[in-house]
Amino acid sequence: MSFNPLEYLFGDKASDQVVPPRGGAAWLTGFASAAMAFIAVFALTLSLAVERLADYWALDLARSATVRIVAQEADLAAQTEATLQVLRTTPGVKSAEIIDKAAQLELLEPWLGSSLPADTLPVPQLIDVRLGEPGPDVQSLQLRLSAEAPGAVYNDHSYWRAPVLEASNRLRLMVMISLVLTAVVTVIIVVLSAHNALASNQGIIRTLRLLGAGDSYIARAFVRRITLRATMGAVLGMVLAMIVVLTFPSQPEDGGLLAGLSLSGADFIYPLLVPLLVAISAFAASRLAARYHLHSVT
Amino acid sequence: MISLKNAGFSYGSRAILENVTQELAAGSFHFLTGPSGAGKTTLLKMCYLSLMPDSGKLEIFGQDVTALSREQITQMRRRVGVVHQDCQFLNHLTVRQNIALPLLVAGKNIEDNMDNLEDLLSWVEMDHRADAFPEEISGGERQRLALARAVIMDPDMIVADEPTGNVDWEMGQRLLSLLVELNKMGKTILLATHDLNLIRSIKGQVPASVLRLKDGQLNLAGARL
Repeated sequence: MSFNPLEYLFGDKASDQVVPPRGGAAWLTGFASAAMAFIAVFALTLSLAVERLADYWALDLARSATVRIVAQEADLAAQTEATLQVLRTTPGVKSAEIIDKAAQLELLEPWLGSSLPADTLPVPQLIDVRLGEPGPDVQSLQLRLSAEAPGAVYNDHSYWRAPVLEASNRLRLMVMISLVLTAVVTVIIVVLSAHNALASNQGIIRTLRLLGAGDSYIARAFVRRITLRATMGAVLGMVLAMIVVLTFPSQPEDGGLLAGLSLSGADFIYPLLVPLLVAISAFAASRLAARYHLHSVT
Repeated sequence: MISLKNAGFSYGSRAILENVTQELAAGSFHFLTGPSGAGKTTLLKMCYLSLMPDSGKLEIFGQDVTALSREQITQMRRRVGVVHQDCQFLNHLTVRQNIALPLLVAGKNIEDNMDNLEDLLSWVEMDHRADAFPEEISGGERQRLALARAVIMDPDMIVADEPTGNVDWEMGQRLLSLLVELNKMGKTILLATHDLNLIRSIKGQVPASVLRLKDGQLNLAGARL
């Protein structure tokens, strides 16, 4: 005969009566599950944000580059024009646009302040390059640039993109470990709670056995109660976490990690899975605990 | 019904029962007496399958209990009604629900057995307390509740361990008369008690024997009542 967990949980609702509705640790399972689900939803949201950030660094920035031109004032315009010419005729380059001085000064503003002497400050000419898929042959592009515009330096951001990518990957790993630890702690709490429930109801278990209740009947009654409590707690925790996430103050697009702390589209499936996973974990953990406990007590 | 052949039981190195041999026929009524610590409760526990003999053989309803699986033991327990001196109840359930508990654990529909349930409540004179909780009823009422719960599954045998220990003489007599009624209906009764007056009071009601446990040995105490 195949085992049907739904039949096990809901097949004999009357068995629910034998477990006292309240117990010393009755609230523990629900509260712990709610807390774990709340943390899990946050960890998931953070994981999704990190995922988006990693994509941004890995993909968006990988498809852009900057050319810096350092030359004498008299030579600057000619080298800029030559650089643009080289870039615009290079396969794999989608566009190349000069970043004007005002925009450059704006980029420097966080470090140098707003009262910059725009006319006298020697800033290099910058060209923003958008790359296609696949990108250009960087080596031959650099060779052509050095021939046509000796002051031009091509920078594909790889120098500072690599550690950021590494950091985001590490963050993603940490979030995943947090999720796994949350699941493990949830299982441990459920197991302890099941043992506690069974131990504190020894009198009831003895009585039920005398009345002809088998271990499976007794286990089912306790497993059902513990699983439902854990699931209800997890649903509550998930809903509270979703409220917090959905009401998170909106951030500008370039707000980095904070801008990604939101859910949209298919993302909503992941938090909804949390109570389901808690229910499955609680069911399996409490069933194992109950079987072990009942077999160890004659 | 129950056949003990050289059955023994020890708690650790302390032998409680040794070479106990006795046959209890179906439909018979037996008192089990003996000094405190003689092993009366141990013997009763073996009869309602809460303990297994360490040695010898115990057959209940013609089956060797040591050869039964857990599931078979569970099934067999439903054929034995048990009444303790300090019966445990599920305090969050009412008197009526507690009596119906054996039906519930056996997977039977309580609605289908409602008439039987109400008859039992009336038989033990607990119909006016049906919706009370166990903690709200007296000692005598608890014993009658235990008896009603023990018989709702229509067991073949009733095992009672000092059921009158916590009640007054009058209530003890009421309980005994209920057990006599059950015996007249064909149930085997095994009643442990140290109350000789209770044993004497059954004289003339039903044939009964007195089994005496002493020093781990079980003997027919002489008189058949």
